[in-house]
Amino acid sequence: MRWLERQRYLIDFTLSSLWRRKWKNLSLVLVYSLVIFFLSSVLFFTRAIRQEAGAILAEAPEMIIQRTIAGRHSLIPETYADTIREIRGVGSVKPRLWGYYFNMVSQANYTIMVPETFPHKETEIVVGEGVLRTWGSVEGNRLYFSAYDREAVLLTVVDSFDDQTALVTSDMILMAEPMFRKICGVPEGFATDLGVRVRNRRESDTIAGKIIRALPETRVITRADIQRTYAALFDWRSGYVIVLFSGAGLAFLIFAWDRATGLSAGEKNEIGILKGVGWETGDILAMKFWEGGVISSIAFLLGVTGAYGHVFFSSGILFEHALKGWAGLYPHFRLIPSVNFYQLATLFALTVLPYTLITLVPAWKTAITDPDTVMRQG
Amino acid sequence: MSSTGLLLLLFIHPAVTAKSDRERIRNEAELVRQLGLTDLCLFTEARYTRHLTQADLHSAFQDHPMALDHFPSGAMVRPPLEIWRRK
Repeated sequence: MRWLERQRYLIDFTLSSLWRRKWKNLSLVLVYSLVIFFLSSVLFFTRAIRQEAGAILAEAPEMIIQRTIAGRHSLIPETYADTIREIRGVGSVKPRLWGYYFNMVSQANYTIMVPETFPHKETEIVVGEGVLRTWGSVEGNRLYFSAYDREAVLLTVVDSFDDQTALVTSDMILMAEPMFRKICGVPEGFATDLGVRVRNRRESDTIAGKIIRALPETRVITRADIQRTYAALFDWRSGYVIVLFSGAGLAFLIFAWDRATGLSAGEKNEIGILKGVGWETGDILAMKFWEGGVISSIAFLLGVTGAYGHVFFSSGILFEHALKGWAGLYPHFRLIPSVNFYQLATLFALTVLPYTLITLVPAWKTAITDPDTVMRQG
Repeated sequence: MSSTGLLLLLFIHPAVTAKSDRERIRNEAELVRQLGLTDLCLFTEARYTRHLTQADLHSAFQDHPMALDHFPSGAMVRPPLEIWRRK
């Protein structure tokens, strides 16, 4: 009990001492919070995107068969589907018709696609939330297209995808097969690639091997490959994340180093006076420990809650420019909010603990010096 | 006390929105199944970043010899680990 009471008095003293230098300490908390905000935003964002991609793309086709010519993706003859259907274990093979459309007016790339069933007319389309927002050449609900042979085409928007599905449909334009072939110039009898479903998922690799043997110029992309790509994309070692982490990490090191290399004249003077009135070195170290603990805990709390709001309420708006790059269209999406105890504990161990301990070094150096010398230096 | 409450909110809020989030994910996954989609609409700036998994094998100088990757999002994709292991 005596120990607890002693710590309570020390915390009281520390808080009033911090308040005496409030502007300096408030700016310290602000900088420290920003560093933690940045680190936590990156952690929250990458984890949420990885989880979201894993959940959504679990329904992607089990295999995509592409034809490659000169090392590049090329149109695939639809007759290849018959060869694949003959392989034992293959459930269904569907030619997929999809491509890109670059709109000169909005300077943005869109994905155009033919769904398996399209219950609308040939001149009608279904679009994602980003299409109408960015298109530019809109006349009422009609959009101008320029076909591959420069012929102008006017298509009517009859429906749009729910905003909530923006992460997969934002730049999507669905249309009928004849119109797709007219705009993209894909000849009859050819498709962009083939989507394959297998009867037993455990046989995927064996079937992929058989497809490559039967059609050597093809490349098989399995669902596992798709999921691995997205897991690696926002892995902590990926290019973007490592750049962000290095920046924030270096900022934190400089900041902590500054705290470790010395105390201000006022702080030294305070320690000298405390020693002079009878405080022991242990009391001063305990006081400095609480000082570091209070500052870093407040900064941790502000940084982490700020990052949570930034990632899950404003869709990581600060990352938008980096993710958007040169793109004219960026989807408005919301990520599933989730915070993991392990993540918070790692952040705490990487930021709060080093800072709290590092502030003890200069305090200890000053506390073991003769109080008279300290006060004269101060 | 208020700080503990703030931290607790970080764990309570996901639980409150879980139902609607699960429904959204179910809708998106259903669309992915129906349309046979393979990628997230994150980087629309280039064909090989819009459909990352469908791009040509991600080789350096893929556009022409000496052509560095000129789209910023290309910098986010790390090279396959096998390249690093190969010595």
